[in-house]
Amino acid sequence: MDKRSPSSGEEISELVQDAARAGSTVRVSGGGTKLGWGPPVEADFELSITAMDEVLEHNEGDLTAVLQAGVPFHRAQARFADASQMLALDPPLGERAEATIGGVVAAADQGPLRHRYGPVRDQVLGVTLVLADGSVVRSGSKVIKNVAGYDLAKLFCGSFGTLGVIAEVVVRLHPAPQDPLTVVGRSDDVHALAAGAALLAHRLFEIEALDVFWDHGSGEVLALAAGGAPDKQAAVCAAAFSEAGLEVSTEEIRDRWARQRAMQRAKDGAVVRISGLPAQLERVLELARAVGASAVGRAGVGVSWLKLPNAPGDELVGSIEEIRSALSPWPVAVLDAPEAVRAKVDVWGQQDKGVVELMRRVKQRFDGAGVFKPGYFVGGV
Amino acid sequence: MGHAWGNTDDGRGVGVIGGNGLIERLRSICGPDRVIAHKDQMRTYESDGLLQYRGSPLAVTLPESSAEVQAVVRACHHARAPWVARGSGTGLSGGAVPVADGVVIALTRMRSILEVDLDNQRVTVEPGVTNVEITKAVAPTHLYPPDPSSQIVCSIGGNVAENSGGAHCFKYGFTTNYVVGLEVVLSDGTMLTLGGKELDRAGYDLIGAFVGSEGTLGVATKITVRVVPAPESVRTLVAYYESTAPAGRTVSDIVAAGIVPAAIEMMDNAAIGACEDATHAGYPKDAGAALIVELDGPEGECEARFEDVVAICKRNHATNIRIASDDAERQLIWKARKAAFAAMGRLAPNYYVQDGVIPRTRLPEALQRIDDLSEEYGLLVANVFHAGDGNLHPLICYDGAQAGEAERAEKLAGLIVEACIELGGSLTGEHGIGLDKKRYMTKMFSDQDLAAFQALRCAFDPDQLANPGKVMPSPRLCGEVPGPYRRHPLEQAGVAERF
Repeated sequence: MDKRSPSSGEEISELVQDAARAGSTVRVSGGGTKLGWGPPVEADFELSITAMDEVLEHNEGDLTAVLQAGVPFHRAQARFADASQMLALDPPLGERAEATIGGVVAAADQGPLRHRYGPVRDQVLGVTLVLADGSVVRSGSKVIKNVAGYDLAKLFCGSFGTLGVIAEVVVRLHPAPQDPLTVVGRSDDVHALAAGAALLAHRLFEIEALDVFWDHGSGEVLALAAGGAPDKQAAVCAAAFSEAGLEVSTEEIRDRWARQRAMQRAKDGAVVRISGLPAQLERVLELARAVGASAVGRAGVGVSWLKLPNAPGDELVGSIEEIRSALSPWPVAVLDAPEAVRAKVDVWGQQDKGVVELMRRVKQRFDGAGVFKPGYFVGGV
Repeated sequence: MGHAWGNTDDGRGVGVIGGNGLIERLRSICGPDRVIAHKDQMRTYESDGLLQYRGSPLAVTLPESSAEVQAVVRACHHARAPWVARGSGTGLSGGAVPVADGVVIALTRMRSILEVDLDNQRVTVEPGVTNVEITKAVAPTHLYPPDPSSQIVCSIGGNVAENSGGAHCFKYGFTTNYVVGLEVVLSDGTMLTLGGKELDRAGYDLIGAFVGSEGTLGVATKITVRVVPAPESVRTLVAYYESTAPAGRTVSDIVAAGIVPAAIEMMDNAAIGACEDATHAGYPKDAGAALIVELDGPEGECEARFEDVVAICKRNHATNIRIASDDAERQLIWKARKAAFAAMGRLAPNYYVQDGVIPRTRLPEALQRIDDLSEEYGLLVANVFHAGDGNLHPLICYDGAQAGEAERAEKLAGLIVEACIELGGSLTGEHGIGLDKKRYMTKMFSDQDLAAFQALRCAFDPDQLANPGKVMPSPRLCGEVPGPYRRHPLEQAGVAERF
């Protein structure tokens, strides 16, 4: 695929207009860490935003920043960390840790901090977009509170480059937690793990993260305690885990969280994302045991990832179907998987026809010419 | 102040196919008791909380179910009649003002709490349920955080339309951060369920687009929200200062220390005086500024951070610090703040409130600009604001009976809004654009931005029957769906040719 790397909104605009005139299709890319998601794409060319990699503003006192979409995620975080601040997103970055802020936003990817801080869209205050007609459009603002105009930023979060190009992103920042503590509760009993997570989820709003892990017959619930008194938060976490019969330990290392993120991705095999209910966490863990998968999840949110070990394509397709039917009507999306598998299953999962029709109308209004990966998204939109 | 939809006195017929026929149709849907078409009886529905704007509808309907809402919307679609969904009518931007000759869909009778699922921390309600009823339904273990000052009466449907905030959104976020599922009726009568109790599903974030769209994309008939564990402990103080400047510095210092208070609210001298007279909460009327800081969370953490906050207030020369000793005193401190708008009657016969936002660090500049403008225009401006997130609420006091004062107040308000945008902020933080601020939209957004907004609008409501005349600064048509040439169905059928 021919690749172009424009360096400004105007250049993106020209490229997109040329594509629209020529009837070409465009795949927008960032660091390329999630190009293997969704059905296989055949686009005429790839529009890479990696040349747009400037941190345009970091307003420390206001806890906001303006980033060009191609800013490597790591680089932005390092800069915020210098001011004891963070962008409250910690998605897995794939094998080549080159994920860009634009890519993370477009894919609405997430990590354990999702628990306290919400999905990607809750961190995005504004966007600059380039639409299929070449128009350069701004929505939102640079302040954390704003209700002027429609919130196109939310619409574009998780739109996978199918509505237009995200050129700039305004994000809100948070104080970085000081001296956080990780509390781990272990068990090989899925009910005890679910109970420990539920107890804590109902007891404490302020913990940074509350994750679950399951692999080869045993698992963990993990809590990240921080705030003004991490030790006090950690004590609440430990008490909840003990009460549920988990074996508790408190650690200061964070590599467990890196493992949680890593398990949302797969070099081989397949990863599915389950949008479930937090109070039914054991259903996911039991299913993981039944299909021989490992699992991680945001226990308080109800979103989990099952990682299926490498197997012939047909077997993976069968497992995915088994997971979907066991958990129906919960939405199950396929993320990493061999291309042959992604070509065979409905990657995004079935959705209500009326809702898909409304998504189609949104797509038509923003990209009527079908420049941006037509047919790629939910329901063939 | 002008009304965007022209003559509202006629009450019949312009643009609506068979007004009388439509009223009959509405009566057959809701029953005669729940359709109001008499002018005097419709007066309650002529405006929202911003009394400067009024409109006379063709009829007001009071549906009692999603199915009735859908039938009313269908009838309107059939008659090409515009409609406005309305909750409790507490909005402050004219967003619920009826469209002339249109239909009001008042959702006040849809007040059932449909499901309280505490295990999953989700609550599903009908749109007429009030904000505070949700918190009551999950208390004492849980909490629904968005808390607009009108929370005792304002409806969750209205909160969804406006993406309402409140004093506690600095820590907890806004309505949009809590809505996870919606049943909506689009203007063609289609009923859809967006999202649900399960989160982070694939697809366009249509809920994100819908929340805060001010009733222009459709009407929500069921709403599922997240609730959170109630804080174990709450600590509240109010610190007084000689002026707003050291109070502002206190806010910056608290935030810089990495403390995330549940709320940080400021009042200036004029607001303190009026609120104290109205509530006798014990605020010293000679204080130049009052800063309410509330921390909540686990007890140990709350205590530790509260001491830090007290130290920061002292360091910034607070003249006095009052710490709430119990819940009753906490309520009293808040009572004064939440009464601010109502208390303005003590300062002048009329007031006009703006809702601009500035980056927090520009607070001193913004307040200076407001002071200067207040002097220049000879009108008192009292300030109450959500200091944590830079959301100003300048209350411009005037006497509508004095010739030209209302116009002067409006002009002054406009200049304050422009100042907010110049300082890198926004037109509105939580009240919405509605009728009131649409004329300023071009100060914040370009034509291309507005065209993209319109694209979204047209995807949901190509006929533009849902609350037309709000948000967008000038009427725009939806036109054909852009894209590759497609044959019209009549062409395909050989009935018509394209020339």
